[in-house]
Parts: sequence; C-alpha cells; structure tokens
Amino acid sequence: MRSQVVLHIDRIACDGRGTCAELLPELITLDDWGYPIIADGPVPRDLGRLAHAAVELCPKMALQLRASEGDTRSMSKSTEEWRQ
Amino acid sequence: MSSTELLDQRASNEGTARIHRLLPSEPWEPVTLAAHLDQHGALVQHPSSEQWREATVGEIERAGLVGRGGAAFSTGRKLRALLAHRGRPFVIANGTEGEPASMKDRVLLARSPHLVLDGAALAASLVGAAEIIMVVHREVSESVDAALAERRRISLDSTKFRVVTAADGFVAGEASAVVNWVGRGVPIPLGKAPRMTERGRQGRPTLVQNVETLAHLGLVGRYGADWFRQLGAVDEPGTMLVTLAGAFVTPGVFEVAIGTRTSDVLELAGGPSTPIQALLIGGYFGTWTPASAALSAPFSASGLGVGLGAGLVVAFPAAGCGVLETARLVRYLASQSAGQCGPCKFGLPAIAEQLELVAQGVPVRYEDLTRWVDEIEGRGACGHPDGVARHIRSALDVFGHEVSEHLAGRCSASERRSSLAVPTQGVW
Repeated sequence: MRSQVVLHIDRIACDGRGTCAELLPELITLDDWGYPIIADGPVPRDLGRLAHAAVELCPKMALQLRASEGDTRSMSKSTEEWRQ
Repeated sequence: MSSTELLDQRASNEGTARIHRLLPSEPWEPVTLAAHLDQHGALVQHPSSEQWREATVGEIERAGLVGRGGAAFSTGRKLRALLAHRGRPFVIANGTEGEPASMKDRVLLARSPHLVLDGAALAASLVGAAEIIMVVHREVSESVDAALAERRRISLDSTKFRVVTAADGFVAGEASAVVNWVGRGVPIPLGKAPRMTERGRQGRPTLVQNVETLAHLGLVGRYGADWFRQLGAVDEPGTMLVTLAGAFVTPGVFEVAIGTRTSDVLELAGGPSTPIQALLIGGYFGTWTPASAALSAPFSASGLGVGLGAGLVVAFPAAGCGVLETARLVRYLASQSAGQCGPCKFGLPAIAEQLELVAQGVPVRYEDLTRWVDEIEGRGACGHPDGVARHIRSALDVFGHEVSEHLAGRCSASERRSSLAVPTQGVW
C-alpha cells in the first residue's frame, strides 16, 4: 500500500524561481512576489509523477515530497515510491 | 536605577491578593542565595538515579506546567523527549525576551535569579546535560553572573553554567534562533525540522526552556505537582508572570494565578488609566480582544479564547486609533523579519504599507491586504509570519468599525499618539 505524500518547501532555500509552479500548476501557484503557494492536502496519485519531476527540477532543491503527518516512513522512501 | 527596577511591581493595591511564588514580596533587592536557601532549602537531586529522574519528570507532567515563553508547550513532554535520548544534551535557559513591551523575564532574572538557576540545574540533572547555557537579556546578565558567583562559592551546582548575552531583535528569542545565536552568533531562526530536542546545538539534543518556566520547575522540584496546582485553573494550572503595559495607572510586571478574573489582573497595575477599548493579549504576536468582553472573563487561554503567549497585556485607550496602532505594530514586526523566507521578507512590508495607507485614510487595495495576510500564514521557516497574520486578523476584527471609517476617509479617534513602546524607525 502506498503512503500519502505531501509537498514541502524549504522556505529558507526557496528563492522564488517559479519552476515548480510551471511544472505543477495543479498544486502550486505563486504569490505576488513569485513564491510558491501549495494546495492543502496530499498529492493526488495521478499527479505523483509530475510532483516528482517538480522536486527533481527545483534549481534550489527546496521542494520535497514527504510522508504526510503521522506516517513514519522516511521522505526518501516515499519519494522513491513515486519513481516506480 | 534600571528600567527593570522601575517597572518591578510599583503598584501597591489593596483588594487584590498578591502572589509571591516567583517574585519576592520585597521588590527592590534581588533575592540572595542565602535568603533563597533560607526560604526554600536546597533542591535535592539524584541525577544518577533513573528512578528519581522518572519520578521527577512524572511529577512535572502531573503539575501540568507549560512553557511560559509563548508557545505553551508541555514542559513534561519536552523533558520526556530528552530522557529518551542517548548522548549528552545541552540545556539552554532562554531569557532573550525579544518582545519589546515584555519585561517579565528580565524582572524575574533580576529579582529571583536562583529560582531560575535551580530550575535549569534540575532540568540538566534530569536529562544528563553537559552544560547549561543561560541566554539572558543584556540588562540582567550582570545579575545572573553575580548569582552564579554566589553558587560557585558554596559549590552548589554539579553542572557547568555559562552566561551568554542575548541578541536583540524580535525573532532572536525563537528557540532555534537562540540555538543559532549560541552556536554561530547568528540570531535568526533555523528551519522547523528537526526538533531542537532531537538535534539542536552542535547537532546534540537541546532543551530550550524559557527562564520563567525554569523558575516554576525549581519550585515543582521541591514542592510537587499538587502544590503547583493549588493556584491556577484546572486545565491551566499554576501562576504566571504578566507584563501590564500601555494605558495602566502603574504598568509593570506582576504574578497572577491563571484563571483570575481579568479585571482583577488589570487592577494589579492600578487598573486602566483612561477608558479602554481593547486589550492586546500575549505579545506583539498576540491577539486583540475587545475590553468589554475580556474584563469579566477568567484570565486564561480558555477564558479569553486567545493564547496568553508570553504574558503581555496591553491596554489600549478608547480615544486611540486602533488602525494606526496596528499599522505601527505591523511595520515594526515587518522590520523584524529575518529576511530568510520570501513570503515574510516581501509580504510583511507590503502588508505594513497597505495598513499605513488605511491609517492615513487614503484609498488602498483592501482585498489585496486581506489576501496577503491569509497567504503568508504557514509559509515561513519559523512562526513569524503566522504570528503577524494572527495579530492583523484580530486587529481588523476588533477595530473593524474604525477600519470602515478609515476606508471612507475618516478617523474617529481623538488621540493619535501610540500607547506602546514600539521601537519604530521614525516613520510616525
């Protein structure tokens, strides 16, 4: 069974390049200064591959997929799952 | 005479019973170690006994003590998290007091340093800390040094203490910022994860605890949970220090039992010096609440429906302009962003600017203002934008009528001076 994952932004690392919002507009919009706003809730399964691509292509490596609250599985594990 | 001394319990009001768990009844002199030991005796500790550690943490959990620095997190749970760790943690006593109008941590360290030091020593014994670092406001670092010298003379403590003068600035008191300051000399917050109790200073588990919390710990360690719960509300036990600021007859720092009627709390400062319309409760991160509703409510988070934060209560005059006061406060809070995260760095000044325009009664993009307030929440590495958002929402609500007046180009206030000591930079 797959765990639910959520998008997480390292706000200190993020400098508002906007790549994530271009790749995943379904879940990520930009505020008036170009910084990402993430939709609430887990990443829907059908957007998993796109979400993973957004994580991979963030130039500041500020975007991550994390197991949602209460799920003890590691972040890398759940990221790994999306690859499959 | 320092400002701390001036503010220390100046009022002497009949009628309201004074509580002296943390602060001495003689307000002018610090409690010496001899007087402290006369009153309370030495705090007995058995750091090598697992049974003692377990029982003591259990007692602290049962007391229901929560952090008095603002976040109100369970002290017992924090200690429990550290008990589970191997390795030698650090204990950091946080007396940074970055809240500009708050004085209670400074007054406590100046008056009752040994209670705080006892609590820090107890925490260190419980978690097996290698070192205790006292991060204290520069106004009181000498008092803390003097108290530690007294203790060293009789070899009271087994754990090594170090005093570090706190950094200035509103966010400097946030737990990870304190760790960052002690470790790297940079007083800005780190990211949220991992928790300090897992990986803090030098990558080691770190207990960061407000100095007032530690003072309570020094008492619970002696007198136990039942004694602690004799005062306070059932779900919010104990006493707390409050800083009563703004439109009071005699502003200052006072100790109150949580759950006391709010009007009685205000009487400790002689009551409002002028008719008041609202109270800012908790701190600059706090919540505005209408005075009429608050006065008869118990002074507790559940009674007032807002967090008590670091215990700041600002009385705001009926004649004042809440919009203008909010604009001033938000401009200050915007200036205190560490500038690490975009939404805080760019959003807060933009919000402050719109509020200033509202205050001046010129047309603004009010929808943008409220949308920005909603958007910044939860989008910082620390809680700074969240605290500002909470503050503004409560202000727009409580001062809603005045906001409408201003949007129509009017102001109903007769007094436009600030009732707060906001360290502004010459804007107003």
